[in-house]
Amino acid sequence: MANSDTNKNPANGDVQEPGRRDFIVVATYAMAGLGAAAVAWPLIDQLNPAADTLALANIEVDISKIAVGQSITVKWRGKPVFIRHRTADEIARANDTNLDDLRDPEIDTARAEKPEYLVLVGVCTHLGCVPLGQKTGEVRGDYDGWFCPCHGSHYDTSGRIRKGPAPTNLEVPPYSFLSDSVVRIG
Amino acid sequence: MSATQFKSPVVRWIDHRLPVFSMLHHTAHDYPTPKNLNYMWNFGSLAGLSLAIMIVTGIVLAMSYTAHVDYAFDSVERIMRDVNHGWMIRYIHMNTASFFFIVVYLHMFRGLYYGSYKAPRELLWMLGVVIFLLMMATAFMGYVLPWGQMSFWGATVITNLFSAIPYVGESIVTLLWGGFSVDNATLNRFFSLHYLMPFIIAGVVVLHIVALHRFGSNNPIGIDTKGPQDTISFHPYYTIKDVFGIAVFLLLLAMAVFFFPNAMGHPDNYIPADALQTPAHIVPEWYFLPFYAILRAVPDKLGGVLLMFGAIAVLFVLPWLDRSPVRSARFRPLFRIFFWLFFVNAIALGYLGGKPAEGIYVILSRVATAWYFLHFLAILPLLSMFETTKPLPKSISEPVLGSPGRVA
Repeated sequence: MANSDTNKNPANGDVQEPGRRDFIVVATYAMAGLGAAAVAWPLIDQLNPAADTLALANIEVDISKIAVGQSITVKWRGKPVFIRHRTADEIARANDTNLDDLRDPEIDTARAEKPEYLVLVGVCTHLGCVPLGQKTGEVRGDYDGWFCPCHGSHYDTSGRIRKGPAPTNLEVPPYSFLSDSVVRIG
Repeated sequence: MSATQFKSPVVRWIDHRLPVFSMLHHTAHDYPTPKNLNYMWNFGSLAGLSLAIMIVTGIVLAMSYTAHVDYAFDSVERIMRDVNHGWMIRYIHMNTASFFFIVVYLHMFRGLYYGSYKAPRELLWMLGVVIFLLMMATAFMGYVLPWGQMSFWGATVITNLFSAIPYVGESIVTLLWGGFSVDNATLNRFFSLHYLMPFIIAGVVVLHIVALHRFGSNNPIGIDTKGPQDTISFHPYYTIKDVFGIAVFLLLLAMAVFFFPNAMGHPDNYIPADALQTPAHIVPEWYFLPFYAILRAVPDKLGGVLLMFGAIAVLFVLPWLDRSPVRSARFRPLFRIFFWLFFVNAIALGYLGGKPAEGIYVILSRVATAWYFLHFLAILPLLSMFETTKPLPKSISEPVLGSPGRVA
C-alpha cells in the first residue's frame, strides 16, 4: 500500500526512507499521546492536597505549661507532633553521643533550635506507627527516648534512630518560636 | 479469527490462550462496515466517548463529594474552589452530561430517519431505548447530588410522579424517599445509584454493540450489504472518521466548559436546598423538557404520568408500528415529510416544557403532545400501508458508480 509515498534513498537504492504516510501516523500518535497526558494530569493532580487543606497546614502551640521532663502531643496535618521539655541530663546525653554510633548521623543542636524543647513528628520512620514514650510510665526504649512497639525501633533523647528497623531519625517539622511560650509548627 | 497473525510473539502467546486480541481485532479492525455511511453515523462512538468521560470525571468527583444534606452543597463548592482543577473536572462532568444527551438524541433521530430500528435490528433499537432510560435516571439522580434548590425540588417533583399510581403510590414514594420527604436518606441512595448506573449502562452498551455487529450497521440507503464489494474494514476507514468526529466534539465541549459552563444549567441550583421554599419557576434540565411538556399537557395527575412514560414506551414498539419494508427515508417521500414534522414537533415540545404552564403554552403543549403520539400510533402504521415508495437501488454502489462496484 502507498508505495508512491515511500522515497528511495538515491545513495543506497535498497534502503527505504520513511514516507510521508509514516510521518503522519507518527505525528498523529504523538499528538494523541500529548493530548492524553494533558487530560490525565488534572485528573491525577486533583488527588493532591486541596487549597483548603494547604491553608490549614500550620498550628500554634503554647509550651509554657510543659514542665521539665514532660512531653505533650499535638496534632499537625493529621499527624502527632511530640514536644518534649528535656531535662539537662537528657540534653547532655544527646550531645555526648558519638556520631559514629548513629545510623543517621545528626548532631543534637541541628535538631533542636532551643535545646530544652525537642519538637518531632511522632511517626516512626519505619512504617508509620506512633512510638511510645510520651506518657509517664510508657516504655522509652534502650536509649530513653522513644520506642516503637510495632517493629521495635529505639530512638534516643534527640529522637535519633539507634536500634531496630527504622532507617532514619524521627523527622523534625519546620517550626519557629513566636515568643518564649508559643511555637508555630508548619 | 485464528488466521489473524499478530506481529508480537507475546500477543500471539496470550491470544492463543485468551483470545481478547482476536476479539478486539474482529470488532474494531476487520469489522466490515457499509462503505456509504455519512456523518450521522458518528454519534454512536461519540456517545461511547461521552459515557467514558462521565465515568472518569464522575469517579474523580466522588473522591471529593460528601453525600450528606449538611455537607453536599459545600463539598461541591469546595470542589469548585479548593480542589486542584476541581472546577474544570466538575464543569466537564456537567457539560458532558448535556452533550451526551445531544449526541444520543441525534443518534436516535438518525435511527428514526434511516429506519435503523427495522428488522433485523429491533433488539438493537430496543437496547438503545433501555440505555436512554437508564441515562435519564442517572442524569436525574446526578442533578440531585449538588443539593441546590433545583436538585431538591427536582427530586421532590420527579419522585412524586410515582404517587400518581393508584392505591400503592404513596407507599412507593415513601419507599423511594426513605422517609416522609426528600432528605438525607434520599440523597444517600441517589448517590449510591448514580455511581452504579453508569456501569449498568456500559454493560447494556456492550449488548448494544453485540447486537449491532450481528448484522452490521444500517446505512443511508437502508438496503442490506450484498458482499465485500459493499463494505470496507472498520479500521482505518471509520476509526479515522470517528476520530475526526471526536475532535470536533471535543472542540465544542471545550468551548462550553471554558466559555459557557453554566449555559445549559440553571442558576437556582447555586442556592442551597431549602425544604420550606420552592423556587418560582422550576424546570428540569433541558434534555427532559419534551417529556416534561407532555407531563404538564395532561390535566390529570395519573394521565400525565402515564403519557410521559408512554412517550418512551412507544419507542420500544416502534419496529412494529412502522411496518414499511423500506428502511431509509430517502425512498419514502411522505415519511420524510412526517419525519421532519415530528422533529420540529419534538423541538417545540422541548421549548414548551421550559415555558410556564399557563395560557397559550398549555394549548400548544396539548397539540404537540397529541402530534407526538399520532405520529407513532397513526401516521407510521398508515404510511406503511398506503405510501408509494421510490424504487430501491440494487446495491450500495449503484447510485454512485452505476454498477455493483468491486472490492476495495
